Amino acid sequence: FPGLADVSVSQDIPVEGEITVPVGSHSPDEDYSTLDEPVKDTIMRDLKAVGKKFVHVMYPRKSSTLLRDWDLWGPLVLCVSLALMLQGGSADSRDDGGPQFAEVFVIIWFGAVVITLNSKLLGGTISFFQSLCVLGYCVLPLTMAMLVCRLVLLAGAGTISFIIRLLVVLAMFGWSTLASTAFLADSQPPNRKALVVYPIFLFYFVISWMILTFTPQ
Amino acid sequence: MAAADDLKFQEFDDAANLLAANPDATTISIDEPVEIPKKQHSRRQEPGREEDDELLGTDDSDKTELLAGQKKSAPFWTFEYYQTFFDVDTYQVLDRIKGSVFPVPGKNFVRLYIRSNPDLYGPFWICATLVFTIAVSGNLSNFFIHLGKPTYHYVPEFRKVSIAATTIYAYAWLVPLALWGFLMWRNSKVMNIVSYSFLEIVCVYGYSLFVYIPTAILWIIPQRVVRWVLVVFSLCLSGSVLVMTFWPAVRDDNRRIAVATVAAILLLHALLAVGCLAYFFDAPELDFPAPVIPAHNETTVTTKSH
Repeated sequence: FPGLADVSVSQDIPVEGEITVPVGSHSPDEDYSTLDEPVKDTIMRDLKAVGKKFVHVMYPRKSSTLLRDWDLWGPLVLCVSLALMLQGGSADSRDDGGPQFAEVFVIIWFGAVVITLNSKLLGGTISFFQSLCVLGYCVLPLTMAMLVCRLVLLAGAGTISFIIRLLVVLAMFGWSTLASTAFLADSQPPNRKALVVYPIFLFYFVISWMILTFTPQ
Repeated sequence: MAAADDLKFQEFDDAANLLAANPDATTISIDEPVEIPKKQHSRRQEPGREEDDELLGTDDSDKTELLAGQKKSAPFWTFEYYQTFFDVDTYQVLDRIKGSVFPVPGKNFVRLYIRSNPDLYGPFWICATLVFTIAVSGNLSNFFIHLGKPTYHYVPEFRKVSIAATTIYAYAWLVPLALWGFLMWRNSKVMNIVSYSFLEIVCVYGYSLFVYIPTAILWIIPQRVVRWVLVVFSLCLSGSVLVMTFWPAVRDDNRRIAVATVAAILLLHALLAVGCLAYFFDAPELDFPAPVIPAHNETTVTTKSH
């Protein structure tokens, strides 16, 4: 190699290093440093992680970030905001007919747990909390549909508003199902994919039904 | 090796020991050649006993598929025990659903489709789908029936979902429990040829409820005649599945008890269908006052007073 003959190694340049990628050796250093960082940094880091996952849901590509670094903050925020928006807003909510706050909460979390258990029992390789994380984050399109529905209902409650709401909810329901299937389908055994996808379809269908049938007093 | 050793099952053991002692020897493995080299590769640290256990393990797994009674070998507090109840593929579930909707006369659903592999996936998710189908269809049907009326304000009627869930899951689990207990009791008195395990009975009941899902969707049509025709039709289909499953189990018993059992099964099934129709779906022709125009002024006054 002609070029290498001119290279002289000075004593300042380190010629040794590690070939193996250290798996956990950085974390003790990071733990000590995150204790001293300002609170704003800690909060912003978690917020950025949640925001990045929201972006992943809106543009579903097969990425492992959503699966690897799971967190349940996003699903909690989405669940609470969806349950709040589904409240009729009237003080006399006895004849509301719509789901109570606790009912929405239970349906979303219990439904996600049941679907996760179902996929694990069928032989899926995804972990419990990763699946909960994905199912919870994929409620985001439906939460946006709820927001749009409430805005449309402020304008009026006629047939045209119903058609707009129907189209929006249908589109978001399809988006949610496709997004969650894109993330979860790979971890299932190949001849049982339909068995795992169907409960997810049912889950988002029930949430869409609750959103579509929301009628304020 | 000696000829006597070749005839014993320990031959597998000896082959593994030989392999551990002499890794370069060529061996012929008949079952699952992909898995064995992987396991050998991963457990290179303890080649002796681990290999024997694993090779014997795969041998056992082949045997357990043939011996249905030894399938649930994991203790009931492990996750693997419950995984054995979900050991079905998509095409198997679809076949079982088809078998419940198109019952072949004379063929037993359990023997034909379940074949000692009862699953809990079908019953659970068919019941869940049925719960939501009935609640949603009932809501839609009431909406269409009352659509033109001025006093009607649409409510989602979400309470009915929990009622539907309780009813249907109670039916799908408690009735099989009672039936299983009854069959066990009769089995101790009379030697029956056919006896079903609890899970098989749950399976039959779960899959027989499938035909109510399209029935519930068609119940949206607000015609009384159409609804009752649907009730009779779906009752015939799912009832025949149940009858053809349980008649061989009770036919050797006392004639009256056998007939009473089958009649009770059919009666409960009919009660479920009729009860759901009556509770979740309003009657198509309600007793509203015929002249709507004079009543209109009164109703607008009452709504304004709220």
